[in-house]
Amino acid sequence: MPPYTNPPPQGGRGFWSLAAGIDRWTVLVVGLAMLLALPVLTVFLTALQPPGEVWRHLADTVLADYVLNSVTLMIGVGVGTLLIGVPTAWLTATCEFPGRRGFEWALLLPMAIPAYIIAYTYTGLLDFAGPVQTFLRLTFGWTRQDYAFPEIRSLPGAILMLALVLYPYLYLLAQAAFLEQSAAVLEVSRSLGAGSWRRFLTITLPLARPSLIAGMSLVQMEALADYGTVQYFGVSTFTTGIFRVWFGMNDATAAAQLAALLLLFVLTLLVLERLSRRQARFHHTGQRTQRPPRLRLSGWRRWLATGACLLPLLLGFLIPAGQLIVWTWRTAPQVVDDRFLELAGHSLGLAGGAALLILLLALLLGYGQRLRPRPVVRLAVRSAGLGYAAPGTVLAIGVMLPFAAIDRNVDSWAREWLGLSTGLLFSGTLFTLLFAYCARFLPAALHSVEAGLTRIRPSMDDAARALGAEPHGVLWRVHIPILRGSLLTALLLVFVDALKELPATLILRPFNFNTLAVRAFELASDERLADSASFALAIVLAGIGPVILLSRAISRSDHAPLP
Amino acid sequence: MPPFLELTDLDIAYPPRKVIREVSLIMHCAGIGCLLGPSGCGKTTLLRAIAGFEPVQQGLIRLEGVELSRAGWTLPPEQRRIGLMFQDLALFPHLTVADNIAFGLRGWKGSERRARVSDLLRLVELADFAKRYPHQLSGGQQQRVALARALAPRPRLLLLDEPFSSLDVTLREDLAREVRCILLREGTGGLLVSHDQFEAFTFADEIGVLQEGRLRQWDTAYNLYHRPADRVVADFIGQGVLLPGQVGEQGRVNTELGDVDGKPPVGCVAGDDVEILVRPDDVIHDDASPLQVEVAERAFRGAEFLYTLKLPSGARLLCLAPSHHNHAIGQRIGIRLDIDHWVMFRRNRAVSCVEAPPVPAS
Repeated sequence: MPPYTNPPPQGGRGFWSLAAGIDRWTVLVVGLAMLLALPVLTVFLTALQPPGEVWRHLADTVLADYVLNSVTLMIGVGVGTLLIGVPTAWLTATCEFPGRRGFEWALLLPMAIPAYIIAYTYTGLLDFAGPVQTFLRLTFGWTRQDYAFPEIRSLPGAILMLALVLYPYLYLLAQAAFLEQSAAVLEVSRSLGAGSWRRFLTITLPLARPSLIAGMSLVQMEALADYGTVQYFGVSTFTTGIFRVWFGMNDATAAAQLAALLLLFVLTLLVLERLSRRQARFHHTGQRTQRPPRLRLSGWRRWLATGACLLPLLLGFLIPAGQLIVWTWRTAPQVVDDRFLELAGHSLGLAGGAALLILLLALLLGYGQRLRPRPVVRLAVRSAGLGYAAPGTVLAIGVMLPFAAIDRNVDSWAREWLGLSTGLLFSGTLFTLLFAYCARFLPAALHSVEAGLTRIRPSMDDAARALGAEPHGVLWRVHIPILRGSLLTALLLVFVDALKELPATLILRPFNFNTLAVRAFELASDERLADSASFALAIVLAGIGPVILLSRAISRSDHAPLP
Repeated sequence: MPPFLELTDLDIAYPPRKVIREVSLIMHCAGIGCLLGPSGCGKTTLLRAIAGFEPVQQGLIRLEGVELSRAGWTLPPEQRRIGLMFQDLALFPHLTVADNIAFGLRGWKGSERRARVSDLLRLVELADFAKRYPHQLSGGQQQRVALARALAPRPRLLLLDEPFSSLDVTLREDLAREVRCILLREGTGGLLVSHDQFEAFTFADEIGVLQEGRLRQWDTAYNLYHRPADRVVADFIGQGVLLPGQVGEQGRVNTELGDVDGKPPVGCVAGDDVEILVRPDDVIHDDASPLQVEVAERAFRGAEFLYTLKLPSGARLLCLAPSHHNHAIGQRIGIRLDIDHWVMFRRNRAVSCVEAPPVPAS
């Protein structure tokens, strides 16, 4: 009847658990982490090779353009999201006006639209044959020569598109920062005679600054990583350059060197973001118990506030989504067929598989780190997070290079010794694509697993162990059930990210293997915008799921999380 | 028959710091023991080593003659048959009370498992709460669930890491007594970690005083109080002061309160400086006594006063007097020494002398 009566095993096992410092968990975690860090390390190592012919050519001709355009894009999108995100966050966090509760979560909706898709819709709306110009011509009786209309397919256009869908990242952080500011600080400043405008400029904004910088860095990382929009708008940036060098000039080293340069920009932003987040913690002013009462706006101010919140929602979600629906309505009968369902199946299967795999890896790494909190394990897990914020283009290159090398070596070995060709074992298979997804999206999942695990006290593990559970039993019977909610959230977020992913999929997908995102991109590139709408709409609909989860998390944030 | 729990020359370190040094103790039968010491003395580390969460650098841990830990080898906690109860209880929030208790019963037959769970629920008087979740219970009830959960797989030994310290004082003592009864009824040995000597006195048969990683004394509560092995234990257990004195002729000791006839420590010769442990209950308030000293402080404790007395040299003395002896600060009162248990330390060396005839001071 007693469940554990085994006599103590002598020797053997002890070596693995203690003496040598090498045990199954350490080996597993360090091994997995190194594997996941491989793409980013590959890019950097390749970039260290001496520059070749192509690189010199690039440096002489287009490199300056890439840098200039990428930096302009980065700054422009940063400023744009500030202009949209900060006022809306401040209004919904501290004021009361018609529709505030709705706007609080609806302002997140543009997140559901990938940047390349909003670019398609505005191109369709604003080009010469689109409804806007047609309407202007019909109304005023103009012809082509009579008026100048700004070209959306340009660098400013790309900035606008990216700002419209990326501002929610900043909005979220800014809103949290504004909500955390205590009533006391504001009341003190009021008692010292500061008016509401001065209070905003001298107290509210400076206190929120670390959060704003963190949010803006995040947005700028996304802007640098964008491929679909700039490619479609014909703007030459790092990402389009990497594609051109890789596919057009067939030079892996130069592509990796370009990728490494882009990665340096991203890492700079990443460091900035981390530092600001740390600072944001110190900028907490007192407890959140005392929230300042909302400022009741009156008269024309109320409607100005409503309008200020409605505008980004309209431009960032309602209009593009409406355009997609109209197009889908027109073209769905021809487009939605067995082929469409097959693609949807590919997308769901790939994204679903990736999400499950990533969650499993994140659990193994997070739990391994908890089980063996020694420096080598920590370092390994940190380096597995290198893929965070690495643009899909960069990661794809970093995945492609090592696997192509393995394929080449195995093939030449097999030819020599076995007299047969193994061809491509990894390259162009779903395996490499899944691997790239893991390297790209694991850090986000790992982050939520780690956050969840730190909320479970270590005594919980010890109690389970003392009751006869083995380490993996503790994970399975205690941690996973307790973290169920946040694990599901992480799963959904990764799923949708993988579903939207474009550049890595374009580079790494098996021959003739298509997904919704790739097909939408192909059709749009062929100027078949209306036909691409069904594919785009499917992606947008899936993207609304995480938005709903996020908005629920915000409205719940007053309640304490699980122990 | 091998002793129940045996620690031999145990060293535990968080390199480079040694937390436990050369700790040896023996619990002969499955009774109830306690490791007592101030926070940071290493008692929780010792407990975690016995449970199997910390490896030992040196020494042995044996339970009923079976080796559990030695240098370089640790039997995993899940194979030790040792239960644990934590200060924060660590109840699984996602499981009901019944499922929490059944957690350690993996591998039991369904009917046996159900029977064991309902037995334990009855034992801890929570039969009606089987389907509740931990957060729906009061603090005391959660404590009982944690106890039932730890006892479910019939561990040989239950380790308790200050499990009562989150409760208020009255509940704490009741529960400690109740846990003690349950452990004895189940035939499970218990080892408690505590910084509270009254909790230790209520709960344990044998108590070890741990200070800076060393076990100073492993003994009954009575002996710890009346026969402390060294100055550290004397200082930590109970109240009292060390009264300076000098060894005189024929084993007598000269103190400020006159010559006393305690037996000085072995090896002392005339002229050696010693200290005599004087407990508050050793100092009897007697108005008729010729020995008059000044009241420096007083604390009213209901049934009695605890007076702090100031001797002419400036040394202090504690005196417990019935509460109708109401004296003001600054007043001089008569006292006499009535020491049953002579405890004497040679100055600057921890040698005790515990065997001595009770001879009152002149």
